[in-house]
Amino acid sequence: MTVLEYILLGFLLICAIAANLSKNLLNAVLIFMSYSLIMSVIWMLLQSPDLAITEAAVGAGVTSVLFFLTLRKVHQLRGTRDE
Amino acid sequence: MQNLLIDHYEAVAVILFGIGFMGLLLHKNLIKKVIGLNIMDTAIYLFLAAKGYIAGRLAPILVDGVQGAEHYINPVPSGLVLTGIVVSVSVTAFSLALIQRLYLKYKTLNLDEIIILQKKEKGESSK
Amino acid sequence: MNNNNTSKSLWSRLSAWVEGDPVPCGEKAARPAPRPAREKMPHAKKFRHFVSFYRVMAVFFCFVIIGVLLVTVNALPLFGHADNPASNEVVDRYVEKGLEETGAVNIVAGMILDYRAFDTFGESSVLFLAITSVMILLMRDKNNTDRDEDLRTARELIVENKHEDVILQRVASLVIPCILLYGIYVILNGHLSPGGGFSGGAIAGAGLILYASSFGMIRVHRFFNQKTFTAITTSCLLVYACSKGYSFFTGANHLPTGIPLGTPGAILSSGLILPLDICVGLIVTCTMYGFYAMFTKGEI
Repeated sequence: MTVLEYILLGFLLICAIAANLSKNLLNAVLIFMSYSLIMSVIWMLLQSPDLAITEAAVGAGVTSVLFFLTLRKVHQLRGTRDE
Repeated sequence: MQNLLIDHYEAVAVILFGIGFMGLLLHKNLIKKVIGLNIMDTAIYLFLAAKGYIAGRLAPILVDGVQGAEHYINPVPSGLVLTGIVVSVSVTAFSLALIQRLYLKYKTLNLDEIIILQKKEKGESSK
Repeated sequence: MNNNNTSKSLWSRLSAWVEGDPVPCGEKAARPAPRPAREKMPHAKKFRHFVSFYRVMAVFFCFVIIGVLLVTVNALPLFGHADNPASNEVVDRYVEKGLEETGAVNIVAGMILDYRAFDTFGESSVLFLAITSVMILLMRDKNNTDRDEDLRTARELIVENKHEDVILQRVASLVIPCILLYGIYVILNGHLSPGGGFSGGAIAGAGLILYASSFGMIRVHRFFNQKTFTAITTSCLLVYACSKGYSFFTGANHLPTGIPLGTPGAILSSGLILPLDICVGLIVTCTMYGFYAMFTKGEI
């Protein structure tokens, strides 16, 4: 179990650094979604299922949807129908 | 230094806090700042949840009746983090709404350019 | 730009894929005409010095913070030990007397909705405040839209109604009942299993968001418009405030509510926790859907 913990914590650090260094804003939000998911799994390992459910629903769900909607409004998503 | 390997959750939480803070201060794009703020938030929740863990014990749900306090982890930091997650999503939603209005007015998301445009506006309006 | 992909090395192709290629390889992507470039803002000389000084100081300051906090973590009580000072007699009281005083099998839910009900009330108020502020900022009226925006909105509405996404609608009509049912289940079982008002509300809110984005806002307006939204959020917050807020004035003494504690493990148990859970769940559902509606359409 400790090996799994170390691997997950390593992924967390990589995701956080990658979300900061990425130039494309869409990529940054997607990496942030995966960061939120790994955080939810870590909380499950720390025996807190309430936090895991809430973080999975809120972090990887609603917050990311709000980010995508904002990116669409500030014209950072390519290929959408508005100019 | 030996304790840092045992306390690996808290050490990684502190490093993530530093990474998020650096992202918040150094990026010029406003959305990257909000992402940095969110990373800081979740790092603090990781720290709190790790403080509530006791090795060898289970989640605080009484499945077989009350078995005494030495069978469950500490439930108090869990409650604090639960409130914190919802507050974090509220702050994120509000700052994203502010970013949308800023873009509507200044047509840019770069903080330096927004400050320069604001100074120009203030200079023109005070003449 | 990417004229000949095979001539590039593997690493450059991998890094281009991670970064996001500006043009999809091979085909000419249908891109809208690029906006005219803004003129580059010349930074004043003073500004440039300040910018580089600020960056150096920010990096230095962050490293100092990380270093100091790591030294503090080194001196903290060890992780996972049973005799940490964080597990004191308050925790013993919550765990041992939790079932007979609150009737909740889930100790965390019983704690945040009975022993520490003010925290949850504050957090529901923060949610209400956030959605109100977002409504103030983004509500579409004649002050913050110009004619271009109105035309664009009308055009998007026509496009949405004419080209329906058949795949999305078929799959959504299968998935949305499951999501809403799961959200309601998590809300109602907050005191028996992991979950509670927040997570169940977020799940049900996500289900409503999926319904609105796949079938259009006109279908949602049949059962959920701004009047419903205002009625639900204000009445739920008022119910929560009245049922727990009077103890400010009675010297932190609670009146016994008439609701019985019931047998632990049944759904209709644990006194006031179930109605409060439903209130919190409804507030969170409406708020999450309200965020989505404000961000896309500017109206709920």
